[in-house]
Amino acid sequence: MTISNFTRRAVVGLIAAAGIAAPAAAEVDFSGKTVEWVIPFSETGGSAKWANFFAPLLSEALPGQPTVVVKFMPGAGSTKGANWFQEQSHDDGTLLFGTSGSTQFPYLLSDPRVRYEYNDWIPVMASGTGGVAYLNAEDGAKFDGSANALKDTNFIYGSQGATRLDLVPLLAWQMLGMNVEPVFGIKGRGDGRLMFERGEANIDYQTSSGYLGGSAPLVESGQAVPMMTWGALDADGNIVRDPTFPDIPTFKEVCEATDGCETSGEAWDAWKAFFVAGFPVQKLAFLPGDTPQEVVDAYTVAFQAVTERGDFADISSKRVGKYPVFVGDGSKAALQTATNVDDNAKAYVLNWLKEAYGVELN
Amino acid sequence: MEVFATAVPALSDAWGLILQPIVLGYLVLGVVMGLAVGVFPGLGGIAGLSLLLPFMFGMDPILGLALMIGMVAVVPTSDTFASVLMGIPGSSASQATVLDGFPMAKKGEAARALSAAFASSLFGGLVGATFLTMFILVARPIVLAFGLPEMLMITILGLSMVAILAGRIPLKGVAAAGLGLMVGTIGEADAGGSLRMATYDIPYLTDGLKLVIVGLGIFAVPEIVSLLRQDRSIAKGASLGAGWLDGVKDWAANIWLSVRCSIIGVVVGVIPGLGGSVVDWIAYGHSVQSTKDKSNFGKGEVRGVIGPESSNNAKEGGGLVPTLLFGIPGSGSMAIFIGAVALLGSGDIEVGPSMLKDNLDITYSIVWLLALANVVGTILCIAASGGIAKLTTIRFTYLAPFLFMLISFAAFQSGQNFEDLLALFVIGLIGIFLRRFDWSRPAFLIGFVLSNPVEKFTNQAFQIASFRFRKSFGEGMEYVFSPIVIVLIVVTVVSVILGIRQAKMIMAEGEVKSGSKRAPLIFLLVIMAYLIVALVNANMIPDYNMTDKIIPLVIGSVSLFCCVILLIQMMRRPEGDAIFADKEIAGEDASAPHGLWSTLAWFASLIAATWVVGFILALIGFLIAFLRIRAGSSWQMTLILTACGIGFMCLMAGALNRDFPPGLLQDMVNLPWPLK
Repeated sequence: MTISNFTRRAVVGLIAAAGIAAPAAAEVDFSGKTVEWVIPFSETGGSAKWANFFAPLLSEALPGQPTVVVKFMPGAGSTKGANWFQEQSHDDGTLLFGTSGSTQFPYLLSDPRVRYEYNDWIPVMASGTGGVAYLNAEDGAKFDGSANALKDTNFIYGSQGATRLDLVPLLAWQMLGMNVEPVFGIKGRGDGRLMFERGEANIDYQTSSGYLGGSAPLVESGQAVPMMTWGALDADGNIVRDPTFPDIPTFKEVCEATDGCETSGEAWDAWKAFFVAGFPVQKLAFLPGDTPQEVVDAYTVAFQAVTERGDFADISSKRVGKYPVFVGDGSKAALQTATNVDDNAKAYVLNWLKEAYGVELN
Repeated sequence: MEVFATAVPALSDAWGLILQPIVLGYLVLGVVMGLAVGVFPGLGGIAGLSLLLPFMFGMDPILGLALMIGMVAVVPTSDTFASVLMGIPGSSASQATVLDGFPMAKKGEAARALSAAFASSLFGGLVGATFLTMFILVARPIVLAFGLPEMLMITILGLSMVAILAGRIPLKGVAAAGLGLMVGTIGEADAGGSLRMATYDIPYLTDGLKLVIVGLGIFAVPEIVSLLRQDRSIAKGASLGAGWLDGVKDWAANIWLSVRCSIIGVVVGVIPGLGGSVVDWIAYGHSVQSTKDKSNFGKGEVRGVIGPESSNNAKEGGGLVPTLLFGIPGSGSMAIFIGAVALLGSGDIEVGPSMLKDNLDITYSIVWLLALANVVGTILCIAASGGIAKLTTIRFTYLAPFLFMLISFAAFQSGQNFEDLLALFVIGLIGIFLRRFDWSRPAFLIGFVLSNPVEKFTNQAFQIASFRFRKSFGEGMEYVFSPIVIVLIVVTVVSVILGIRQAKMIMAEGEVKSGSKRAPLIFLLVIMAYLIVALVNANMIPDYNMTDKIIPLVIGSVSLFCCVILLIQMMRRPEGDAIFADKEIAGEDASAPHGLWSTLAWFASLIAATWVVGFILALIGFLIAFLRIRAGSSWQMTLILTACGIGFMCLMAGALNRDFPPGLLQDMVNLPWPLK
């Protein structure tokens, strides 16, 4: 099965499932209990923000209105927490675990620290985001919808590491034939943007919320020029324009317009596979693998209720971005898209990491 | 002047928002909660804020801000209790305070030290807020002028404070700082992900050691063990000398020092990426340099308390600039703060560049809520300091088991691994020997704290500079030698020269007698062995990951070179030379009624028992055994104190939703919290 076929099927399933009415509520009652939502990151990251947004809403929606607390278990780039969760079994349904793209990428790349298996866990909710790449004003003037005029420029990019989500932009720029030198070791995308603002870096990317909050004002004031989004997936698994940024072309469009960049073949398949794993399905919430069906159903119904709140679109767009939230079977399909990367794509990326950055993961 | 036309109405709007009874009520509530949480060293703001997060959703923004800021603001203030009274540095904000604050407590001047510290904190907070009110409007371009070379130079300026704190033998100070830097490189490298002195088989090491653990291990453990061996109260003779009013007078007499250190705090705090790690050392160094009679530093000089404390609250204010203007948190608690602001109200307040344009009134409210929280918190702290200072008159044997309890819990919170306790013990052992042989512990800690920034900024600045040089030589020079960098180089050079001249006068460990060659020599050889292993290890990193190996190689070689010279000196100099300083020869430690190892064994037994039966059960056994056997108290007293200790622990951990270290027992049986 090819990547695109697989992706399409999974995405079709995912979108279809999101529309199906959730199963009826079962006899589960969490009255007086405390649900612990464990996040394998520190209190300070995007996943903390995500869980803290959902926690009070989930508390209202679960039967018996338990207290939902977010707990943090950072370490080893989230693999510590995930390895810990792998060891947990169902107790009384009060343990929820959240992962992010940073948990998925080491899994996909067979990082030696990974001792967890996504397929053992039961997903109950998934949500995604998008990303936007942008250039400084000087180089942005040379951008005409293709990267043809950018191939002779030397770019500097503040990066968190080639094996992280930064893999997606770095590979994209390489495919466009651009010469981008990453400066590794920054701690978050905010630091990358700061480096860009200081003029030390001349290319940057932010996830959707980071772009709207920090970079869009730079674009308005003429200091930055948006280059491309990674795009979003439609029901057929095709990359289409990101609904949050309908005026910015996608990487796919830019690639098509650029000489030497192809939207088929192994490089493209690899990029797309990792894009899907890192952005449209970036964050997932799990229950331990042996959780009884009625508890899973209770969470599904609760998350369904959260997403069906009248004000959900409004409150979520400001805090976690306006991207679809998948629950129940939708989240299962989302998990499939996010954690199944074709062996060729994986081999391609591993080889590229080694050749371009000297990174070996074994 | 256009900016001020918008600033003045926004400022009055802000005061309108703040000066409502309900807002002030929330602020006071936050302050009280912050003080209660702040008694836990190493936990402070982050734990408290996480606790508040669930309530922030949809809350009226100004109320939520008042509550959160009230809590964050007092953490650097309440930290001072632990650092002055117990010698426990709670966070990076109170490391330098320990140097002179704790010796003052030992002299029976705890109340004076505390109130001097609090008065300085308060003043620093207010200076910071005043400065910010103006500065925040023009801050953006200034902050952006601080690129990587500038940050690297500030880090080096912080590192140059080692010169002042190096102790009697400057080479030992440099080697201690080098060792601290090397310990700081343990784990996965930021740049290329290579492992240094770590393996994936011990995942704990790949993340590196946490500052809390190193701070507790280097400062708190040796002091606790030493005092426990001497079996006395912290304040010698169990008497309290100067009271809290004297401390306020001390501050008033040194008001200009306080002003200068506040400005240092706010200016360094403004620069994103540096955080608080260098501020208090730079302020301490400045205090030393600007004092005529330096002989009392390290032995309880009140200026050594006033300087760092004036800077650390001002720094919190300065830290608001990168947080609010760029959306880049200067510290862990600020990162949570940013996340929490997004939950407030209808989610309209977006921390970041639009903050000044769209929410200037909110920005000003935050600045002045912080200042106001400082005032409230400080007044409460000064009021309490006289009473709390009495803790220093209690026989230390009754305090020690509870301090072991607190520092173990604090260490565990940093990573929630059992290994945290082991690391605390091992670092504590290093701290004990550094103290014994008069190797500068502050130098070690400065090295550790600045290890990551030095490496990161060096690599990144080098990479970008070579990129610029490839474009043209002029552009490269312009980048590397900006006016700010040149000024910082001059300041650093001057401070090193002055520091070396003055270092001999400042003895952080007090007078230390020298003795035979054997013990100091063995310790030196152990350090050299570690450095050699670390060098070989770093050299094994493949060359394409040069960024990951260059700093350990250079620092390790320099430290090893210092050690070799020390070794040669040790071989040539006679016994009794200052180089052979050893606290076990004469003085308090040597004449202590209890031995080092038997005392340390108590701490080790708590950790070992935790490994088997988990923290709370181990703690029950430890407290009972310690109080009965070591302290020799009655059964009744033992049980009451044990119950109090356990109750306090469970109450705080329960309220903060924290777990305790589990043991083998917990792996086999499912126990209810707090035994879990």
